[in-house]
Amino acid sequence: MSFIKEFWEFLRIRKKYWLLPIIIVLVIFGGLIVLTQGSAVAPFIYTIF
Amino acid sequence: MTSILGISAFYHDSAACLLKDGKIIAAAQEERFSRKKHDPRYPHNAVEFVLKYSNMKLSEIDQIVFFEKPFLKFERLLETYVAFAPRGFASFSKAMPIWIKEKLFQKNLLFNKLKEHDENFKSDENIFFSDHHLSHAASAFFPSPFEEAVVLTADGVGEWATTTVAVGKKNDLEIKKEIHFPHSLGLLYSAFTYYTGFKVNSGEYKLMGLAPYGNPIYEAKVKELVDIKDDGTFRLDQKYFNYATGLTMTNKKFHNLFGQKPRDSKNERITQFHMDIAASIQKVTEEIMIKLAKVVRQEYNIENLCLAGGVALNCVANGKILQEKIFDNIWIQPAAGDAGGSLGAALALWHIEHKKERVINLNDDMKGSFLGTEFNQEEIEKELKLAGANFETFHYEDLISKTAEFLSNEKAIGWFQGRMEFGPRALGARSILGDPRSDKMQKNLNLKVKYRESFRPFAPSILREDLSDWFNINVDSPYMLLVADVSSNKKIEMNEEQKKLFGIDKLNIKRSEIPAVTHVDYSARIQTVTKETNKPYYDLISKFKEKTGCPVIVNTSFNVRGEPIVNSPTDAFNCFMGTELDYLVVGNCILEKSKQDPKLKKDYTKKFELD
Repeated sequence: MSFIKEFWEFLRIRKKYWLLPIIIVLVIFGGLIVLTQGSAVAPFIYTIF
Repeated sequence: MTSILGISAFYHDSAACLLKDGKIIAAAQEERFSRKKHDPRYPHNAVEFVLKYSNMKLSEIDQIVFFEKPFLKFERLLETYVAFAPRGFASFSKAMPIWIKEKLFQKNLLFNKLKEHDENFKSDENIFFSDHHLSHAASAFFPSPFEEAVVLTADGVGEWATTTVAVGKKNDLEIKKEIHFPHSLGLLYSAFTYYTGFKVNSGEYKLMGLAPYGNPIYEAKVKELVDIKDDGTFRLDQKYFNYATGLTMTNKKFHNLFGQKPRDSKNERITQFHMDIAASIQKVTEEIMIKLAKVVRQEYNIENLCLAGGVALNCVANGKILQEKIFDNIWIQPAAGDAGGSLGAALALWHIEHKKERVINLNDDMKGSFLGTEFNQEEIEKELKLAGANFETFHYEDLISKTAEFLSNEKAIGWFQGRMEFGPRALGARSILGDPRSDKMQKNLNLKVKYRESFRPFAPSILREDLSDWFNINVDSPYMLLVADVSSNKKIEMNEEQKKLFGIDKLNIKRSEIPAVTHVDYSARIQTVTKETNKPYYDLISKFKEKTGCPVIVNTSFNVRGEPIVNSPTDAFNCFMGTELDYLVVGNCILEKSKQDPKLKKDYTKKFELD
C-alpha cells in the first residue's frame, strides 16, 4: 500500500497524471508477462533501464 | 554521531559507502568482493565491509540513501517509449517485466536486501533517494578542496539528466542547468565504443587509448550526428541512434554514414579505420567539454571546477580542459562513475538535506581514495599460508629496497599494500608495477601479465616534487585523471620513416626515456604520489629513484583483462600464479615466482570473461 501512496505522490508532484492509464495497462499486461516467463534479465548489449 | 550509508546498485558498478558525521569512513565496489566486473547487483559484500570497518550494525545506521530515483527513471522510460511509439516495442517488452517485477519497487527491494545484514533492521522509514546527477555532483564538490566551485557532471544517463551544471558554495550545492535524455555525451561516446567493437559501459577507456593511433578524419561526420552549439550544449540526431528504443547503440544510418558495420570483436581486428574513428570521437568530446567549461567559467565567474560522471573518467579531455587554463583549479572525483554515486548520495544527504557545515580539507578529504579493505600482517600471512604460498617476510626498509631492486631489474611486480582504492584506478595499493625505462615493459605487461590488447598504454606514477621535470604539467593528479605530455627534454623524436609507421607499429619505437608509459602521441596518464597519501608507495618510488635516477614507475591495476582489481591477499596470490608476474609484495611478505609450487599455477587466461 505504501508503494501506491508514494507513487501517487510522485505523479502528483511531477504533474504526470497522464502516465496513469499507461501504468495501469502496463501493470495488467506486465503482470501477465511476468507470470508467463521465468526470470527478467536485461539484454546484454546496452540497457537504458 | 550520525551515520549514513550510501548505496549505488542495479545498473552497473554497485557500491557502498559509510559516513560518520559527514566524514568518509569506508567505501568499496561490489565487484571487488563478488569478482564479477562492473557487478550491478545489490552490494551485499560491500555493505558488509563498510559496516564491519566502521564497527556498526545496520540497525545502528541512522539513514540509508540510494543514489538515484527509480520513479523518475521509470517516468523517463515511459515517456521515451510513448514518444518513439510504435518503434521500440522490443525494448519495451524487455524492459517492462524487469521494472514491474523489481525495479519499480526498489524501496521494498532495498529494504529486503538490507534486512539480510541485520534482523533488527525493521523499518524502511530511513531509506532515502537522491538524484543521480546530484549524487555525482555532490561526490565531486563536497570532498573537493574548494569553498566554491562550478560542478560539471556528464555521463550516459541518470533519471532524465545526462549533463548538468551545478554551483557549490560551502555546504550548499544546486543544480543550475541540465541536458536531458536522449541527448547525452556519455551515450554518444558509448555509441562509438559499441561501433568499434568494445563493450559499452566498460570499453570506453579502450576507445580513448586507441585514439592517439588515429587521425580525426571523421570529425565532420561525427558532427553530423551531434549538433554542437556555441555554448557547448548539444543535441544528438536520433535518426542515427538506436539506444532510446532499441537494444543496440547505433543503427543502419549510422553505419552507412561511416561506411562500415560495427566491428565484431571476436572475428575482426582493429584497423586504422577504427583508430581514426576513435580519434574523431575523442576530438569532438574534447570540443564539447572545453566549450561547456568555457561557458560556465564565464557565466558563474568561479575559478574552481569539479568534475564527475563517467565522462569525467576521460582523462584526455580533462587534461585538455586543464591545458586551456579555463579554470584556475580542477578537482575530479576518483570514483567518477556510478560507484561514486553511493558516496555522493550520502554526502548530499548530510550537507544539503541536514544542512551540516562543511569543513574544507586541503589535504584530500578522499584520503587518496584509499577507502577500501585492508589486511594486517597477521591476516596476510594466514591467507597466504592457506593458499599454499611460499614467502619471506622483511622489515619495512628491506622490503622497499628489495622491491626497488626488482623493479630496476625489469621485473614485473604485484604490489598489495594498505587500504584498497575506491574507483576504477589502481593508485598504488593494488597495483602491478614495472620499470618505465624498459623498452619491452609495455608489451610484456600487456601480453604476458594482463592478457590484454597490445595497443593499450600504461600510466606512470611519479613523485610529486619531480613532476614538472618529466611532464608538461605542474598540478596534483593523485587519481590518475589528467593526461599531459612527456617533457621535451625526455622525448626521443621519431624520424620521418618512423612517423609513417602504421598504428600499433608506432608503439615499438622508443619515444622517450620512459617508453613504457609514453603513448604514441607522447602523452601519459599521470598519477602524482605524495608521502601524506601513500607512504609505502612514495618510499618505493623514492628508492627506485635513488637506484636509477628515475622518479617514475609503471602503475597498472592488479588484475588481468576482464577481472576486477584484486581485493584480498588470496586474490592477489591467485592472480600472481595465473600470470607471468615475477614477484608479489603483500604487506611485509615477498613471494618469488620461481619458489612457488608449480602445481599452484592457474590457467588465468580464460578465467574471466573478456571485456
